Amino acid sequence: MSFFASIGMPEVVAGIALIALNAYALLGGADFGGGVWDLLASGPRREQQRALIAESIAPIWEANHVWLIVVVVMMFTGFPHAFETLSIVLHVPLTIMLVGIVARGSTFMFRSYGSRTVNVRDRWGAAFAIASVVTPFVLGMVIGAISSGAVARASAVTAATAAPASFLDVYVRPWAAPFPIAVGGFALSIFAYLAAVYATVAAKDDALRDDFRVRALWTALMVFVFAALALLTAYVEAPRVAAGVTGSPWAILLHICTATAAIVAIVALWRRRFGAARVAAAAQASLILWGWALSQYPYLVPETLTIRDAAAPAVTLRLLLIGLAGGAVVLLPSLRYMQRTFVARS
Amino acid sequence: MSDLFAARSQMALSLGFHIIFAEIGIALPLMMVLAEWQWRRTGEDVYYQLARRWAKGAAILFAVGAVSGTVLSFELGLLWPRFMALSGPIIGIPFSLEGFAFFTEAIFLGVYLYGWDRISPRAHMTAGVIVAISAAASAVFVVSVNAWMNTPAGITSVAGQITDIDPIAGMLNPSTLQQSLHMVLAAYAATGLAVAGIHAFVLLQKRDSTLHRYATVLALSVGVPAAILQPISGDISARSVAQWQPIKLAALEGQFETARGAPLRIGGWPDEEARRTRFAIEIPKGLSLLAFHSPNAEVAGLESVARELWPPVLPVHLGFQIMVGLGTLMALTSLWVAFTVVRKRSVFENRRLLAVLAIIAPFGFIATEAGWTVTEVGRQPWVVQGLIRTADAVTPMPGLIVPMLLFALLYLMLGAIVVVLIARMVGETT
Repeated sequence: MSFFASIGMPEVVAGIALIALNAYALLGGADFGGGVWDLLASGPRREQQRALIAESIAPIWEANHVWLIVVVVMMFTGFPHAFETLSIVLHVPLTIMLVGIVARGSTFMFRSYGSRTVNVRDRWGAAFAIASVVTPFVLGMVIGAISSGAVARASAVTAATAAPASFLDVYVRPWAAPFPIAVGGFALSIFAYLAAVYATVAAKDDALRDDFRVRALWTALMVFVFAALALLTAYVEAPRVAAGVTGSPWAILLHICTATAAIVAIVALWRRRFGAARVAAAAQASLILWGWALSQYPYLVPETLTIRDAAAPAVTLRLLLIGLAGGAVVLLPSLRYMQRTFVARS
Repeated sequence: MSDLFAARSQMALSLGFHIIFAEIGIALPLMMVLAEWQWRRTGEDVYYQLARRWAKGAAILFAVGAVSGTVLSFELGLLWPRFMALSGPIIGIPFSLEGFAFFTEAIFLGVYLYGWDRISPRAHMTAGVIVAISAAASAVFVVSVNAWMNTPAGITSVAGQITDIDPIAGMLNPSTLQQSLHMVLAAYAATGLAVAGIHAFVLLQKRDSTLHRYATVLALSVGVPAAILQPISGDISARSVAQWQPIKLAALEGQFETARGAPLRIGGWPDEEARRTRFAIEIPKGLSLLAFHSPNAEVAGLESVARELWPPVLPVHLGFQIMVGLGTLMALTSLWVAFTVVRKRSVFENRRLLAVLAIIAPFGFIATEAGWTVTEVGRQPWVVQGLIRTADAVTPMPGLIVPMLLFALLYLMLGAIVVVLIARMVGETT
């Protein structure tokens, strides 16, 4: 098959970067989702909800956050030209995202360690929660802008020296458009969904578990709404995505799997099989990510830079793969140990 | 303000902010493990209190270091996309290794901070040791990138086009060893003496506080050896600069003319227009002697290259004077401490020494900032020495003053909050 024949070192590196992005979505994404539930904490168990989120995030969020750095470093090492293009055109949203990352991480720490007075803690909590909403939304917008092809078009404008480009056209419109906004809403809702589902497993009493069960079910609906919005806007702004999602032979199989995972997650939540719901929700989020990646294959920045065009020289890719393998040998047992220390025994 | 200057300011600001937290992130975990080890060994509760407090400080400072480091990894592209397109395939390799070291550090810091009651004492201590080691390893990998920018290796270009790269050779460029050594020692010296100074300051008021006494001893045991070794490492670094970056050396010494038997200048005010350095105390043949270990060695002056290839001489020269001056004071104070201990006298009975320790507490961090100014501004106009100029690397996006001001404000706020939190933590102690 032509797909497998086209797999070389650049594709393998891109695949690993996607695995890292997947890990970031499932782990770091859920930590941001936790911030959403901090913001929307309500009802009689409002403070318990916040405490549960804080307890489950505290020991692991920094390690989870490193997945994003792995993705960035793999991008600029393995695909320097793609990194260059994205960094130029998406300067504004990436900067907003960075401010969000800084605000989220530091305010969470200040809240945990900073003060014993509830008043001050609330203020940090509010900043933490707002940053947790903004950051994943903008991350979604960035991904939407890339896959719609708008980044590539804007980049072509900066490269052409003849016509003076308008700031809005090059640096704002590619991401401040309906499709990227829909993807932003989708990213936010799926992260919130994951966080709510994880919280049903982490909660120690039934009342609290039910709070998050209800939240998870409502957010499942939000995920569906934003997915529909993204698809509708994709027909206009990102025909390639729409075609990839609806037309290709891969798509049908992938859709069946994604839909199955989504339905299993909802049924499991409904029937209070929270462990199963967690696995199914994580599978659903991962399948969506891989579906997006396949829809834009072989492009890294559709439709100008393919994975192969953007790739670094072979010597770099080889070293990167060796480094990743060596790193995995250290990392995976460490992650397993962390997980056993904090998840299994709590 | 030009976009280029705004981008340079933002990068300088981000690095200058991050480097403080990175240094503390290297040295504080070592100190907290030492405190825990003393607790496990002696069973004295005060050591336990101390380990918990330092761990708490490490947690806050590590979080700020981690997020500001994330900002930097993006900023490399956001501000200098052309630099990254060229350098990514080379410097990406050490950055990947740094990523793993950082990952390990984050994992085991989490285990350490939240695992006091969950894992065995041995496992807990080991987690702390892993944090300390991986933090130092991170520093070596990151500094190897900066070393490559100063003395690029592993890159072959023909007529401006890169034809071949060798990332391993890039990582093992001529400056990596010297710069890494200098940076890691700086982290231990700056943090160790800063923490010792803070506790010494409290001791000046509460003479008998056991906690502050133990804290001072442990912090000094990290800071003093590093501060004494740092001038030797500095000499090795300076000779490397003399060999590989003669124009940077000329700028940091305020040496305009190429000369044999060049003098060493202490202080002074370089004047680029007049092409001379005024008001300096000159030690005859001192520079030739220090840089090349030969009194009549020829030292290349700034005038040996075109004016457009000069770095801004004044900040580089002043930065160098500040770094060397403060480093010397730290080394002398450390020798004083070492001498006191060797003569079996108590550091705590010597109020003058405690006062000096309190005064020099911030010197290490100021010296670090000055040192980064020297190495970064001293390389201008190049972002990668001899290969690509800073002006050619900057993003085409206009209006860069906006993100620069945004990050300036953000870091100002963060810095202020951290200072207040740490001050309160120190104040809470008895």
